[in-house]
Amino acid sequence: MTEIIVVTSGKGGVGKTTTSASIACGLARRGKRVAVIDFDIGLRNLDLIMGCERRVVYDFVNVINGECTLKQALIKDKRLESLFVLAASQTRDKDALSAEGVERVLEELRADGFDYVLCDSPAGIEKGAHLAMYFADRAIVVVNPEVSSVRDSDRILGLLASKTRHAEGGNGRVQEHLLLTRYSPKRVAAGEMMGVDDVKEILGLDVVGVIPESTDVLSASNAGTPVILNETSDVSRAYQDAVARLLGETVPLRFIEEPKRGFFARLFGGG
Amino acid sequence: MGLLDIFRRQPPSAQVAKERLRIIVAQERGARGGPDYLPLLRRELLEVIRKYVNVDPEAVVINLERDQGQEVLELTVALPEKIQAAKSTAAKAATPKP
Repeated sequence: MTEIIVVTSGKGGVGKTTTSASIACGLARRGKRVAVIDFDIGLRNLDLIMGCERRVVYDFVNVINGECTLKQALIKDKRLESLFVLAASQTRDKDALSAEGVERVLEELRADGFDYVLCDSPAGIEKGAHLAMYFADRAIVVVNPEVSSVRDSDRILGLLASKTRHAEGGNGRVQEHLLLTRYSPKRVAAGEMMGVDDVKEILGLDVVGVIPESTDVLSASNAGTPVILNETSDVSRAYQDAVARLLGETVPLRFIEEPKRGFFARLFGGG
Repeated sequence: MGLLDIFRRQPPSAQVAKERLRIIVAQERGARGGPDYLPLLRRELLEVIRKYVNVDPEAVVINLERDQGQEVLELTVALPEKIQAAKSTAAKAATPKP
C-alpha cells in the first residue's frame, strides 16, 4: 500500500525541504521504495538539497502535461537504490498544477508499487500548498519553536482538517505529526525558547521528531547531501529517530536537554 | 548560566510567547470553519450594540453550530454590570418631558 505524506508548515524557511529530503532518504534506507516530489512550482529547490540538480531533464509539470512519461521524469538517487526525486517545474504559470494532474501522477506512483510518496509543500496557503496536502494520508507539520511558525502551522492544521480529500470525503482524516526543527535545548533551558511540551500543548499534536539547531544542516545543503546521511551529526540521529517513529516504532526523544556541564563551565558561563 | 548573568536576568520570554500563542490560536480556531462573513458580522453587530450599550469588544461572542444540515447562529452579548443604571438614564433621556 502506498502512503502519501505531505511535509508542510505554512511559514517559509522552517526546514520543509531539508525534512523532506532527510525523511525520504531515511525511509529508503529502511528498504522502502520512496518518491519525493517538489510541489514548489516556480521555485525548485529540492533537487539542490538532494544533490541531483544537474540531472533534472523533465519535471512534475512536464509529466502532468503529458510531455514525458513519469518514468522519464523520476530521478533515481545515486546513493540509495529505492529513492526517486520528481523535481518542480520552474514555470511562472501559477496554474501549471491541476488537481486531476496531481492525482494522476500519485495514482501512477501507487500502481508502480511505491511504499511512500513524500510531497514537499511550498510555503504559504496557495494552490501549490493546497495540492501538496490534498491527497495526503499523513502530514508532517514542520515547526520552529517561535511564535509566527507555530501560529502558521495551526492555520495549516485547520486546512488539513477541512481541505483534503480525506476530510471532504468524510472517510477519516489526515494523520498529523509535529516535527520541531532548529531546537536549541540550551535556549529552552534558559527560558528563551518554547520547549517541546509547550508547542505540543498549543498545537495538540503528537511529536514525531525534534531536530536540534546545528551548523550541519547548512553544510549538508552546501554539499547536496541530505543531512540524515551525515552519520556523525545529531541532526542525522534525530531524523533517523523520526523515521523510526513514522514506521510505528517507539523511540524516546533525544537532544531535547542541554548536555550537562562541569562546575567551572557553569560558574564562568560561556559555551 | 554564568555568575554575571544573575544580575541581568529577565523574565523568561518563552513563557510570554506561549501565553500569547495560546490566546491567538484559540481565537483563530474559534473563527475557523465558519463562513467568511462572520468576522464582519461580528464587528457590525458590535457597532450596533454599542450605540445603545457600551460593551467590551470581547463581550460579543458569535457561534455557528452545524447540526445535521441545520445551522444555528448563536449570539451571546455579555452586558456590563452597571447596565441597569445606564439603561435607565438612557430611557429617561429618551422620554420627552411634558
